[in-house]
Amino acid sequence: MKIAVCIKQVPDTTELKIDPKTNSMIREGVASITNPFDEYAVEEALLLKEKHGGEVHVISMGPPQAVEVLKNALAVGADKVYLVSDKAFAGADTLATAYTLSKTIKTVVGDFDLVICGKQAIDGDTAQVGPGVATRLRIPQLTYVSKVREIDPEKKRIVVERLLENGREVVEASLPALLTVVKDINEPRLPSLLGIKKAAKAQIPTLTAKDIGAEENHIGSKGSPTWVTKIFSPEPRKGGGEILKGELSEVVPLLVDKLMETKFIK
Amino acid sequence: MPLNFDLTDQQQILRNMVRTFAEKEIAPIAQELDDKEEFSYALTKRMGELGLFGLFVSEEYGGGDLGYLFYIIAVEEIARVDGSQAATLAAGNSLGIAPIYYYGNESQKKEWLPVLCKGEALSSFGLTEPNAGSDAGASRTTANLEVDHWVINGSKIFISNSATDISKVCVVQAVTGKRADGRNELSCILVPNGTPGFTTQTMHGKMVWRSSNTGELYFTDCKVPKENLLGKRGDGLHQMLATLDAGRLSIAAMGLGGAQGAFELALKYAKRREQFGRPIASFQVNAFKFADMATEIEMARLLLYKACWLCEQHRPFSKEAAMAKMFCSEMYHRVANQAVQLHGGYGLMKEYAVERHYRNQKLLDIGEGTSEVQRIVIARHIGVPGRTL
Ligand SMILES: Cc1cc2nc3c(=O)[nH]c(=O)nc-3n(C[C@H](O)[C@H](O)[C@H](O)COP(=O)(O)OP(=O)(O)OC[C@H]3O[C@@H](n4cnc5c(N)ncnc54)[C@H](O)[C@@H]3O)c2cc1C
Repeated sequence: MKIAVCIKQVPDTTELKIDPKTNSMIREGVASITNPFDEYAVEEALLLKEKHGGEVHVISMGPPQAVEVLKNALAVGADKVYLVSDKAFAGADTLATAYTLSKTIKTVVGDFDLVICGKQAIDGDTAQVGPGVATRLRIPQLTYVSKVREIDPEKKRIVVERLLENGREVVEASLPALLTVVKDINEPRLPSLLGIKKAAKAQIPTLTAKDIGAEENHIGSKGSPTWVTKIFSPEPRKGGGEILKGELSEVVPLLVDKLMETKFIK
Repeated sequence: MPLNFDLTDQQQILRNMVRTFAEKEIAPIAQELDDKEEFSYALTKRMGELGLFGLFVSEEYGGGDLGYLFYIIAVEEIARVDGSQAATLAAGNSLGIAPIYYYGNESQKKEWLPVLCKGEALSSFGLTEPNAGSDAGASRTTANLEVDHWVINGSKIFISNSATDISKVCVVQAVTGKRADGRNELSCILVPNGTPGFTTQTMHGKMVWRSSNTGELYFTDCKVPKENLLGKRGDGLHQMLATLDAGRLSIAAMGLGGAQGAFELALKYAKRREQFGRPIASFQVNAFKFADMATEIEMARLLLYKACWLCEQHRPFSKEAAMAKMFCSEMYHRVANQAVQLHGGYGLMKEYAVERHYRNQKLLDIGEGTSEVQRIVIARHIGVPGRTL
């Protein structure tokens, strides 16, 4: 089985600082890590490879220092890694990023069986890139996957569980397919010393826009219709809640009345 | 080569790996182990699986074949979370593995290093005696050569990793005769645990490193083959002192990592805790504490990494190692103290990890040469006149 995994380097912080002039993230002075959800994606790919054989190809689009996350992927056991990096990619939104990644997957991985992404990146939190890649590759997308129940590379069939707000959904799809995964799916392994040494020696190939045959007007800021006018952290909600006390039969109608009053329900 | 303060990618990946391990697997159980004064076989085994024992040992003996700084980074990251587990690791490497690796003959290395590097067995370093602490040359334990055996009598105290179920061998410093100048001839001898006449007893009631193992050793007509001599007869004190030089780097790493951990805990707490309507970190007196702590930690890291660099370059590093050991330990003392202060009353409770930092710090001013002894070593290196030791 040939599995492609897309990973992103993100700042290691829960307290993002935004430059008010450019509306972009301030990355200076913040250490970088692999997007935590992507670590689950890599782990799932490694687990599937261990069970069914095959290869794990890991791709990251980003600035040159994103090789760090690829070295990490090598250290845990990825077979091949690629950095997709070019000044022309700068300023990409989710649309341009999805285009660039899908082009890369077609170029370097070719006849893949599966693409795995994290459910979202902790910096932008859009959750759009995975589905965008699937759309451009014209393959089924299975988002928020918490378990791969069955996978049959011969019969080109996969069954997964999706973790949704109101429960779990079991979905079957044909292969190749794209999964985005949530934290429940596995426990990412730690790199081995052997892996760390392998990673240190590895020469990581860098692919440019030309290498993946990307069209100029689909990449970077040119290929990005998104216009960020303002980024801000929403104010925490003011005023505490109200606790309704009494018998269930009394408080439920009271609650419904209150919710209707505030137009939360109609 | 120009100055370069960047760690290599390899070192960075190792640091992340050990940090994740410490946070996920040690942090959740560290206080419980501390409460129960319990040595953790499971965590020791895990550190072995991750390759943290013998990082600097060559591959042919089962080591990681990486530089000394890798090992220091590993100790630093474990100490950031828990001093006891850092002690098991640091003693296992610097005091257990190192003397056998550097002074053992081929058959001793082949016999011991592979199991020690796996973390399946521990080796200990028996120097300190009830009457020979800072004055390590004053050992009274004797080893007499009788035909083809050493017969050992005496006792040792405060020996790390010596009395667990997986403690397999101890490097014992003993008096093996008289030198031409009338002073005692000291030699190191490998004594496997379980040898008749050799018994160990775990010491309880420690304030520090409560879940690391510390033992008392007793030798009564304990016989080991004469081949168990480590290196040359009469080289004992030299071997022990050289082992301590490198060992000091790992004590310094515990100071640095511990201070980093205590600092982070305090910063996190002081940003959240509000008094007088403001986070306590925002009061200038407290903000300045953080500025001082961060500066001291940075200084400590530079000094320690430089000492490691000298060691890796095979250049003299004994002075810098003593400086790093002393500075990192005393710096940890100051940082842990302020970190507790910033926690107020909560910092005195075991529920808060900073309490453990405050206790564990104290060992570092004492073990592997007290701060006073470090100053003696440094003074001697810089040529201060007078009798220094
Ligand atoms: C948890 C733990 C683990 C340990 N692990 C090991 C181990 O694995 N192997 C091992 O061999 N030892 C080990 N030790 C022993 C440790 O190295 C000694 O405790 C240390 O060297 C100090 O010796 P001492 O306790 O006898 O103190 P002493 O030497 O009696 O010192 C008491 C005080 O006198 C001061 N002092 C002594 N001499 C001088 C001097 N000349 N000038 C100025 N001041 C002086 C000291 O600095 C100190 O403040 C361990 C100790 C502990 C607590």
